[in-house]
Amino acid sequence: MIDAHRKAFIEEATELLAQLEVSLLELENNPKDSEVIAKVFRSLHTIKGSSGMFGYDDIAMFTHDIENVYDHVRNGEINITKELIDLTLAAGDQISFMLVKSEDASQLDDNLTKEILTSFRNIIADYNSRNNKTNEIKTAKPAGHSFAASKPVKTFLIYFQPFQDIFLSGTNPVNLIKELKDLGDSIILADFNSIESLDIINPEDCGVSWEIILKTNKGIDAIKDVFIFIEDQCVLKIAETDELKKLKDEKSFTDFKNLLFETSKIQKTSITELLEKYQHNETPAEIKINKKENPISKESPESNRESETASSIRVSSDKLDELVNLVGELVTVQARLSQIAAKTNDPTINLVSEEVERLTWSLRESALNTRMLPIGTTFSKFKRLVRDLSKELGKEVQIITEGAETELDKTIIEKLNDPLVHIIRNCVDHGIESPQIREKAGKSKTGTVKLSASQSGGNVLVEISDDGAGMNKDVIKAKAVKMGLINEKDELSDSQIYALVFSSGFSTAAQVTNVSGRGVGMDVVKRAIESLRGVIEVKSSQTTGTTITLKLPLTLAIIDGLLVRIDDDNFVLPLSTIEECIELNKKEITNSHEMNVINVRGKIIPYINLRERFGITAKRPDIQQIVVADIKGNKTGFVVDQVLGQHQTVLKSLGHFYKDVKGISGATIMGDGTIALILDINDITSNEEIHERNMLEQLSIK
Amino acid sequence: MDNSVLNETKQYLTFKLTDEVFGVDVAQVREILDYVKITKVPQTPEFMKGVINLRGSVVPVVDMNLKFGMSSTEKTVNTCIVVVEVKIGDETTVIGALVDSVQEVFEIESKNIEPAPKIGTRLKTEFIKGMGKHNETFIIILDIDKVFSSEELNLVQNTVNAKTNEETLIS
Repeated sequence: MIDAHRKAFIEEATELLAQLEVSLLELENNPKDSEVIAKVFRSLHTIKGSSGMFGYDDIAMFTHDIENVYDHVRNGEINITKELIDLTLAAGDQISFMLVKSEDASQLDDNLTKEILTSFRNIIADYNSRNNKTNEIKTAKPAGHSFAASKPVKTFLIYFQPFQDIFLSGTNPVNLIKELKDLGDSIILADFNSIESLDIINPEDCGVSWEIILKTNKGIDAIKDVFIFIEDQCVLKIAETDELKKLKDEKSFTDFKNLLFETSKIQKTSITELLEKYQHNETPAEIKINKKENPISKESPESNRESETASSIRVSSDKLDELVNLVGELVTVQARLSQIAAKTNDPTINLVSEEVERLTWSLRESALNTRMLPIGTTFSKFKRLVRDLSKELGKEVQIITEGAETELDKTIIEKLNDPLVHIIRNCVDHGIESPQIREKAGKSKTGTVKLSASQSGGNVLVEISDDGAGMNKDVIKAKAVKMGLINEKDELSDSQIYALVFSSGFSTAAQVTNVSGRGVGMDVVKRAIESLRGVIEVKSSQTTGTTITLKLPLTLAIIDGLLVRIDDDNFVLPLSTIEECIELNKKEITNSHEMNVINVRGKIIPYINLRERFGITAKRPDIQQIVVADIKGNKTGFVVDQVLGQHQTVLKSLGHFYKDVKGISGATIMGDGTIALILDINDITSNEEIHERNMLEQLSIK
Repeated sequence: MDNSVLNETKQYLTFKLTDEVFGVDVAQVREILDYVKITKVPQTPEFMKGVINLRGSVVPVVDMNLKFGMSSTEKTVNTCIVVVEVKIGDETTVIGALVDSVQEVFEIESKNIEPAPKIGTRLKTEFIKGMGKHNETFIIILDIDKVFSSEELNLVQNTVNAKTNEETLIS
């Protein structure tokens, strides 16, 4: 059984690994960026530390060696190479594998682990051998430097005071001090002054603080790393000083040390004062752990990001769902209140009702906002995907992301992952040509896949474009004819042709690779996007490449709808696909010889009579309305009695009982407490097509 | 059913469908509502009356008269919707049962409930937990979980799909 702590650890480690991956990919682009190197190191260090703490010793050991390598990298002693990044990425995968499999250790691929480890150790060994040589050269010099290393020796003043309750977290400060001691030559002074007298002492409290003078070549980061796990549980001040330069001379250092111990009675103030004196040019007293920035930090304002991580808490999404549900209820109750208030004409009640209305709306906004996440969390995964794919396929592809800060409902982001993987695979596999072909075509050798997100009204547009070969309309058409999807003589618009690639089993790839070409994929993409009430659009040109645009609703809980009425019942049509509303009078019905088509500005548009479809028998009014919607590139009309207007609706599921009802995607509660059904017009249209085909078949049999 | 359950005294809510009195375990009854406007869901069988708004939740309503093969429930002042909690599989679902009138809550010892007769009730025997006698009338105690069980729901879905059945064969 995994207990809660382990679960939390696994969750955290998974996050860290994701960060690690992002940082590594960033590092590949700027191998010299010390900030990023520090990020990688920090991720590794935290993974090592916490896995050790939770008993994942194998991971801790594994990570230790990698960390060693990156320690050298950080110190500028080993250079970042593509191989090292590859290796570390593989190691990251291995760690995540270990995380999952650690319950069942036997399945772990030990060989791979060993292989990776050996590679890392080789790097270290390689470095050491090189370093030894340089050391020899250095030591050959007459000067008796005992601290022979690439980094200059510096003296640090450290003041370390753990909080009283430090023992509760299971930390033993003495171990930290010992660790510190290993870094270099040190003078350590413990201050026992705040220990209570015996009669009132609480043995579980820590009353000791330390003052340390440390002479090391490891740099300030190494010191900070010692305290990395208890940063928020102690007062830590680190100052670098060259005032004590004379101490660099080893003899005087020892002298000073002796002097200190001889005088034994050191004023607490003495070192603290010194410390304060040198603090002015020093890094912040408290180092925030939240340096583990998100991948998108580059695009979004840095400060923003940090404050976000600093003040965030983890809440299970169930709780958020419940909150959104409750707010949804509140919205409907509030609508009723407004109605009643309007009837009573009592100014006091009106005032209160308006107040409630205002509050409800802001509550609703913020409740929905809590579910919003920046889409960048998914984008970062694709960098790795593109990298691996391009390597596998022998192509050169770079990925550019834009608008990673665009926010979307969490559920949508989660469900967006798979479709995006499919689309991006297609881009890299089919879209981007091999470097040779690209050069011939006069394009740069490196292909570009661009992933961008932007908000437009109540929708988010996710655009995936490549600068590859584009789609060949004739090939698609020929293939579709062959598959019997269309007739050879059919006249199709460009968008209709491109829509064909989303048919099930459709693939024009001449070769089936293990990346794509089996014809599953794009239809899955389409279905997934449609289930999110999104729309896919494809634009392609054989010179500039393909652009796939996904138009997605901001949230699933609330939809923008067009409220219509048939007889006594209200229905909601999703507004996103609706293009216009036109009138349908009896004359037009006779004009079209009772066929369900109407002439709109010279174009013939078929329509579905919802009244007939739903078996509503009441007398139809003389003038009806047709709502024209764009369904898969075809305009289709839906006949209703009356169009009532736009309506923001809180989507409710119809539950178990009605789960298989066709053409209805849910229900919503109106201001007056009645229920309006939300229509799934895609479903209604496809059912109608099938229905009519059946009718025709039956007729022909007769 | 083990003995301890058999000897328990349980409370049952009784309601009337046409002329017969039925009972359900009060533990499964959530509330009783006056008749409200029911929104019909198109293309569903007749006994599924539609959905109502129960304080912000969408709750399906079933016409019990039609469900048990009697003629459809006429709306009167006494018409009620009994909201019950039903276990379907592992999930608890809330369903409204449209009945002609609600009678009372009465107590009966489990041992006084007789097993359902195999014939004569016009109902599927698995719907009936037993027969109780109260004030000289027989009360049919329903196993409400079974009435709305998933098999029953499947039947519902089959009728829903009846119209589109051919299409699934074709496609």
